[in-house]
Amino acid sequence: MISDSTFWIVTGVLGIGTYLIRFSFLGLLGGRQLPDWALVHLRYVGVAVLPALVTPMILWPASMGSDFDPLRMTAASIALLAGWRLGVVWAIFAGMGSLWALQYLFS
Amino acid sequence: MSTPQTKAAFWRGLKDCSPFIVIVIPFSTLFGVVARDAGLDIVQVVAMSAIVIAGSAQFTALSLLQEGAPVFVVLLASLAVNMRMAMYSAALVPHLGAAPLRLRALMAYVMVDQTFAVSVQTYEAEPEMPLDQKIAYYFGCIVVVCLPWYICTFLGALLGQAIPAYLSPDFAVPICFIALVAPMLRTAPHIVAAGVSVLAAVAFAWLPWNFGLIVAAILAMIAGAQVEFWQRRKAHI
Repeated sequence: MISDSTFWIVTGVLGIGTYLIRFSFLGLLGGRQLPDWALVHLRYVGVAVLPALVTPMILWPASMGSDFDPLRMTAASIALLAGWRLGVVWAIFAGMGSLWALQYLFS
Repeated sequence: MSTPQTKAAFWRGLKDCSPFIVIVIPFSTLFGVVARDAGLDIVQVVAMSAIVIAGSAQFTALSLLQEGAPVFVVLLASLAVNMRMAMYSAALVPHLGAAPLRLRALMAYVMVDQTFAVSVQTYEAEPEMPLDQKIAYYFGCIVVVCLPWYICTFLGALLGQAIPAYLSPDFAVPICFIALVAPMLRTAPHIVAAGVSVLAAVAFAWLPWNFGLIVAAILAMIAGAQVEFWQRRKAHI
């Protein structure tokens, strides 16, 4: 059981902290231009963060007791290929669809 | 302020982000279901989604709270998950930094992975887009991602255990992130950055409280930038 006071402390501080993180550069730097070397690094924020966020979820999925699951690995690869060749929506349908198909076939 | 062009940009943002509805709906419903299961009441579930609006951090906080982790550990871990948004915030500066402060304050509140990825991709593809259209586009993206986020956490909290486990709803989370990244892998620096990101995430997975994610992201950004600098030098010779 999560106590009410613990919940509200966590939610409040997490909310404020998250807001300050989001506001940080956009809010404080405003219209000032960043130097070129910074812009070059920022171009890769998306491709730098998201794969690192996904990798543990695919390799050690919590719902599988953190064990490697070849079906999830395969479905994730299919999603990546579909997204790269065809786009966002295809990645989503190909990923979920192939996981369900593989689970139906192999379990 | 609302010219036909800005209206068109708003609708375009809405359209460009609409594929994510199929991900946001199950993801937020899932959060509602899981949070109710963890013993939160409906008000708490909705309040958390409205105050934090960050799915991965909310899931992180919830699972640590359930394990009975100390409050400061819960906060450190879930804030570390959100540190990536400082980088998003910085990456939006060249495009939206000139907007009025009150708009930037609002943009910060609704900054999420999907809208960041889609809007920056569009801004980079069309650098000549005027500021008011960029702003309208951003809010178009927000509406289609954030409104379903609020509504569906509420519905999920009401529904309880409606999504059967055999549908593996948890897999929607990584699939969503993969769908965001795959179309970005168009140039050598982007591919190198993504590769370094994956390898470093594995290499630094042992670091506590999700710091591995931050380390991996910084290394991957440096890698991508170095490849770009190297390409520029090669082009100049």
